[in-house]
Amino acid sequence: MNAKDRNPATALWDFFCSLKLTIVTLILLAATSIIGTVIQQNRTPEEYLQVYSETTYRILNTLKFFDMYHSWWFLALLGIFSINLISCSIKRFPRVWKTVKEPVLVPDETLYRTFSNMEEIVIPASVDEVRKKVADFTSSHFSTPVVTEESGKVHLFAQKAAYARFGVYVTHISILIIFIGAIIGTLWGYKAFVNIVEGTATDKVWPRGSNEPIDLGFSVRCDEFSVSYYEGSSRPREFKSLLTVIDEGRTITEKRPVVVNDPLTYEGITFYQSSYGPAGEPVFNFKVRVKETGEVANITARQGQRVQLPGGGAFRVVDFTPSYQNFGPGARLEVFTESGKRNSFIVLQAFPDFDAQRGGVYSFTLVDFKQRFYTGLQVAKDPGVWVVWLGCTLMVLGSMIAFFLSHRRIWITIMPVGGKTGIKLGGSAHRNQPAFELFFDDFKKNLKAELVARD
Amino acid sequence: MSSTQLFNIVTIAYFSSMVLFIIYLATRSKGVSLIASIAAYGGLLAHTAAIGLRWYESYQIPGGVGHAPLSNLYESVVFFAWTIVLIYMIIDLKYRQPAVGAFVLPFAFLSMTWAQLSLDDAIEPLVPALQSNWLTYHVITCFLGYAAFAVACGVSIMYLIKVGKEDKGSGNSPAGGILAVFPSAKILDDINYKSIMIGFPLLTLGIITGAAWANYAWGTYWSWDPKETWSLIVWFIYAAFLHARFTRGWVGRRAAWLSIVGFAATIFCYLGVNLVLSGLHSYGG
Repeated sequence: MNAKDRNPATALWDFFCSLKLTIVTLILLAATSIIGTVIQQNRTPEEYLQVYSETTYRILNTLKFFDMYHSWWFLALLGIFSINLISCSIKRFPRVWKTVKEPVLVPDETLYRTFSNMEEIVIPASVDEVRKKVADFTSSHFSTPVVTEESGKVHLFAQKAAYARFGVYVTHISILIIFIGAIIGTLWGYKAFVNIVEGTATDKVWPRGSNEPIDLGFSVRCDEFSVSYYEGSSRPREFKSLLTVIDEGRTITEKRPVVVNDPLTYEGITFYQSSYGPAGEPVFNFKVRVKETGEVANITARQGQRVQLPGGGAFRVVDFTPSYQNFGPGARLEVFTESGKRNSFIVLQAFPDFDAQRGGVYSFTLVDFKQRFYTGLQVAKDPGVWVVWLGCTLMVLGSMIAFFLSHRRIWITIMPVGGKTGIKLGGSAHRNQPAFELFFDDFKKNLKAELVARD
Repeated sequence: MSSTQLFNIVTIAYFSSMVLFIIYLATRSKGVSLIASIAAYGGLLAHTAAIGLRWYESYQIPGGVGHAPLSNLYESVVFFAWTIVLIYMIIDLKYRQPAVGAFVLPFAFLSMTWAQLSLDDAIEPLVPALQSNWLTYHVITCFLGYAAFAVACGVSIMYLIKVGKEDKGSGNSPAGGILAVFPSAKILDDINYKSIMIGFPLLTLGIITGAAWANYAWGTYWSWDPKETWSLIVWFIYAAFLHARFTRGWVGRRAAWLSIVGFAATIFCYLGVNLVLSGLHSYGG
């Protein structure tokens, strides 16, 4: 059929079935995807205008380059990719199904001529004798053959891993399943965040890019947040929130530790440890000794607050860090003596006796401190995620089958030739033909030896 | 012996192997190629031991910070070199074409040299984001895939040299000199295809384990982060390569170029994204 005879529908069908379209689409997807990795995505106009001129900004914005993976043209490209995938599969699948389900059981001369490894042997034995031997040999060295008798000839057909031909379709369908999972997630799921101050609870979370909170339908309380560090280092070891879930007054789970890489899930909504920060100023407990008199006082102070000391002086906590140069928590204090002299120094919680060696009227020991934190949680609901994993599993299975297994077939025809019996055999594999050739050469050699051997 | 010393020996082994393979191209001496192979395989063995030793050493540091050595740029580059020689060994055992070594070992040698000379080899405890078993699965699958693409790239370069020279010689002189020990264009094309056939499912697994981990740790399996996007770009290119095999006109030279472009994208995905672009994969691995 030449191009003129084709009606538009057929032309369109052929266009969507073509492998060239597949290659072009894949390369276009690869090339356009680069854009979104070079231009930062989903920033505010102000941020873009700091980088680009107004004209450039307007052009890029029109082209949807600031949110390109959700732009109409990128989605259209994915749409073409999907239609191409479906069309190719619909076009080729019936033929493959037929090859597997209705194999040629009675091979003719034309089929044998297509094999590069065809062989003919003549054996001085009866057809029935040979037939039994060949069938047994094929069963034990390849797979059980289907035997068909027709006009005095006996035909054997044996195959292995016929399902290997479906690997490619499984792979293709898996991509569509992943797309469906992603669409389900977009339509019925959300990504949000919430900050919870230690000791408080929330039943609302805030979706990204929106000011309207989402009602959880239950509440989550943060009982405690903590950061631990590797010994002698400022490298964080663990960020941990203890979360309690309360649903209609019932405590579902209490003080469940949630750390990075170990989230909490309830009612399909998952909470991920994501960030943290201080909530309000820390409160410190100091033990202060007046050196001259030996008098000791326990004093509580907030950061920045000026506190009176025994003997007429005063002090305040100027600054605090939970990790002072790998020595652990440290506070910078400012002390005012009675005479108005000002003195500033650092007190480390890990070295309680250290400050006694410092000159001055007082010596300080940082007993403990209480810093309230808030924990920052990512909140996600994605009912499509299992569909995505199903697709991923099928993709791995499908591509393994498609790449590493091959459908191998052997045909053998046995017929009387004069007083003897002639055997004709050939075979093929749908991929990795060289490996099959090696196997088939061995198969022929051993079969011949078996037939010639006298029992 | 410390793992650092052992890694130095590995680098020397790969260097010797590379030089010997190049000498083999010039001399066509079977003996030289044999010693080159022994150096490569011996290097791989020492490399395996060194990675194991570094793993063990990480447990000797106080504080229970032991972990598989796959957590920073130094460790990943060293592991990349290991996977390259491993995939090379598989291809070598199947095809027995020592000339290929001269085009694959340089990748392993360069990786090792770069790691040993200019990357920080201190064993650091894992930051919270990396404390997951997914790290191991994700890194191993990705790098085995990358390594297969490196082998495919080396072979594609050989293919282009071979075909280019043969075209110039216009057939009247049987390809002499260095080209004499090159496998035939058909075999090179086949090794290219087979390597990518090994690499593609591994990359697919690498992307999937990465997505699974992201979903487990961050609550989203795909966020179009530059690293994720570049791994998908690489996946698209090799998917195009595999489909191109079924159409006329895309075997041979074009396939070789596509394979080289694919590996360039792979390297950008691995290193370029961290060095040039910013994103979630900021640990350097």
